[in-house]
Amino acid sequence: MSAMEYAARVREKWSGNVIIARAGLALGLFAFVVALPPFDAPVWVPVFVGFLAFAAGIWVLSRGMRRPGWTAIGFGIVGIGLGVLATRASSSNIDQVVVWSALLSATLIWATPLTYAAIGGLFCERSGVVNIGLEGMMLGGAFFAALGADKFGNWEMGLVCAAAAGAGLAAVHAVMCINLRADQVVSGFAINFLALGLTGYFFIDIYGENGTPGDLPRIPDVNINFLGSVFGHLNLMIWVSFALLIVAHITLFHTPVGLRIRSVGEHPRAADTVGISVYGTRYAAVILSGILAALGGAYLSIGYLGSFSENMTAGRGYIALAAVIFGNWRPFGAFAAALLFGGSTALSFRLQQPWPAPSVLFQALPYVLTLIAVAGVIGRSVPPAAAGRPYVKQ
Amino acid sequence: MSDQGPPTGSAPTPQAPLGSDPEAYAPSVAGQLAFYQRAGGIITPLLTAVVAFLAGGLVVLATGHNPLRTYKAIFEGAGLNWFFHFGSYHIDLPFTNHHIWFWWDTNTNHTAAYNLTQTLLTTTPLILTGLAVAFAFRCGLFNIGGQGQYLVGAIVGVYVGSRFTDMAHLPHVIFGLTAAALAGALWGSIAGFLKATVGAHEVITTIMLNWIAYWGGSYLFGRGGPLQNHVNKAVPISDDVAPGAKLAAIWGNPHLQALHSGIFVALGALVVFYIVLNRTTLGYEVRAVGFNPEAARYGGISVARNFIIAMAISGLFAGLAGGLDILGWQFRLGVLDVQVSNIGFIGIAVALLGRNTAVGVGFAALLFGALLTGTSTRSLDPNIFPPQLAGNLALMIQALVLLFVGADLLILYIWQARKKVRMPGLSRAADEAA
Repeated sequence: MSAMEYAARVREKWSGNVIIARAGLALGLFAFVVALPPFDAPVWVPVFVGFLAFAAGIWVLSRGMRRPGWTAIGFGIVGIGLGVLATRASSSNIDQVVVWSALLSATLIWATPLTYAAIGGLFCERSGVVNIGLEGMMLGGAFFAALGADKFGNWEMGLVCAAAAGAGLAAVHAVMCINLRADQVVSGFAINFLALGLTGYFFIDIYGENGTPGDLPRIPDVNINFLGSVFGHLNLMIWVSFALLIVAHITLFHTPVGLRIRSVGEHPRAADTVGISVYGTRYAAVILSGILAALGGAYLSIGYLGSFSENMTAGRGYIALAAVIFGNWRPFGAFAAALLFGGSTALSFRLQQPWPAPSVLFQALPYVLTLIAVAGVIGRSVPPAAAGRPYVKQ
Repeated sequence: MSDQGPPTGSAPTPQAPLGSDPEAYAPSVAGQLAFYQRAGGIITPLLTAVVAFLAGGLVVLATGHNPLRTYKAIFEGAGLNWFFHFGSYHIDLPFTNHHIWFWWDTNTNHTAAYNLTQTLLTTTPLILTGLAVAFAFRCGLFNIGGQGQYLVGAIVGVYVGSRFTDMAHLPHVIFGLTAAALAGALWGSIAGFLKATVGAHEVITTIMLNWIAYWGGSYLFGRGGPLQNHVNKAVPISDDVAPGAKLAAIWGNPHLQALHSGIFVALGALVVFYIVLNRTTLGYEVRAVGFNPEAARYGGISVARNFIIAMAISGLFAGLAGGLDILGWQFRLGVLDVQVSNIGFIGIAVALLGRNTAVGVGFAALLFGALLTGTSTRSLDPNIFPPQLAGNLALMIQALVLLFVGADLLILYIWQARKKVRMPGLSRAADEAA
């Protein structure tokens, strides 16, 4: 590439409007941050900064860049809202509540189930099958992990049972979507209800009122003391999720297998023409997504909480789906989104004590951000071209 | 197969001399094809429901309960046995002091009649959330957001119902229901707007809007929330709906969740749905976009406008359902109500089982209303089947209905395989038509 071409690309990438759009995004975030310690700004500051973000969005929007403009506006509004909410709690409370290291480990804890399910969903969607059923597969994994760990007496068998349950539910989804060409959203929804009904039914039938036993075998923590208080005592599943993330990225973008998965999801006819088995690839991807989502659920039940309760995933599968979209169907993007959403969950639980009502709104944050993302974030979320379309062999 | 000919006696028209000329058969073939299409249209949903209940029965059997006794208990828990007990009773004429002879016992102090009122009470919102999914479906949109639209309607309904206490009865009720419906319409049209302008997929946006409504409701009525009970700050529940804003009870004791007049609104909505969809320009455009957006655009129909309108009307139905539930029998809304409610989600199964038609949605809503009521803790006989299990059984049956409806291709295959045995020429025509 010649120097002039490069300069032109840089100019294009950093033209005035783009800078303003990005500044708007940054300001929107800043509006929220400025309200937290150590800044503790009074109410008007986040409002003012948020308005600047809003204004930046309007500016860009009115000059023809619709998506970045709307995004900056959205971030501005959210920034104002959160900033105001943050300053309305007394700052002394915030200081006590927001212990950053505790918040960081809580973020990792809440992000991990999302990471597993999101990476699973990523493979599924990249192969062209929409997976709304992540929630059900997580729930199935959570229950059967607890059941397996209880009946066999060790956590390894718990994970195996979880994976089998997730694979089973995913196989149903796969048959529906791939062979029977059913609507993938309907099938996914059915999986969610099926898992909710099945786990609830067997949970009550087997454990009744008492719930799962207290001495359920747990997935162990990994103690590496020199890493400090946050990273020194993480659960095994959290470390595995980091490894999984890297493996997923390499598989998807740097191996023939990943190329096959992506080609099946982008243009199945072309993939079929060059001899890739569309059905086989999609089956593998869907079942893999079921296994991974179930492992995320297993982390919740026998990794973190050490018990199972009815509908314990409580919508985490949908947050994972949101993370896939927010992360633009890329492993690291999905992981970043999972961290962001896990962080908002952690923050919500942290802020519950001094500040019960507004802390709930942090639970809604993942959904609001995803809504903004699909409406037009920087480099808008673009799904795989064939996602949601069944393939008919010719 | 083909040289075997049709079975004797089943074909009234002489076949042999005309067999070589397909044109001569065209009208009757088309007629028979239409019949099979119609039959498939009625029979596949029925078959779907039956197979789902059978599969649910297998789970019951596998866990050591008697499925027949269980389903009978659910049937009675839904109050459907009420129709089979004839006698000499009387019924009060509404708005008068007269009563006339009637062959069914309408006294809700008796279990069957009371259970039936509860079934109808559940059917009312299910009809509307079913229509919410069905209307969008006819425009080619999958509205997963019925739950969120229902919640927003309920939230606005409880707000209007518990404020404006100086309004007269009828205006207050109409105001409350209108506000709830419009709130639902607004919530739904967000997804329609995003679909029409930036092409954001409505399934994703409506899922997000569902959860925003869920947490928004939890915030509003939660401890310290802006709409929490003004008298008792300890409970995460809204203020009570003013007596003037409550819908009239038409069957049963108003203090024990009587059936309210909202069921007529729901039945009216079925008629409105049919008329709007089949007898108006708007409905024509919506269905045209649903069949083929490109062709509709070519024909001069604004696809974007129809997306927004269809989602708004969908949301209108779901929001109305929320308003009716609040002003009809709940009279207050708590965080728990917001979080455990799934009327909007069941609407998806209702719409799909009812094939997105007015009549179908009506019957499917009744089926699911009966299933939900029959498996509820209050109605099911715990000596026969534990109600905690039964609630999950209902979820499973609902999931199986969704799965089988989603796989109607499979059921049509079976159906066509049957036809292939009987009339080989027809099945080929059906294959080509499908």
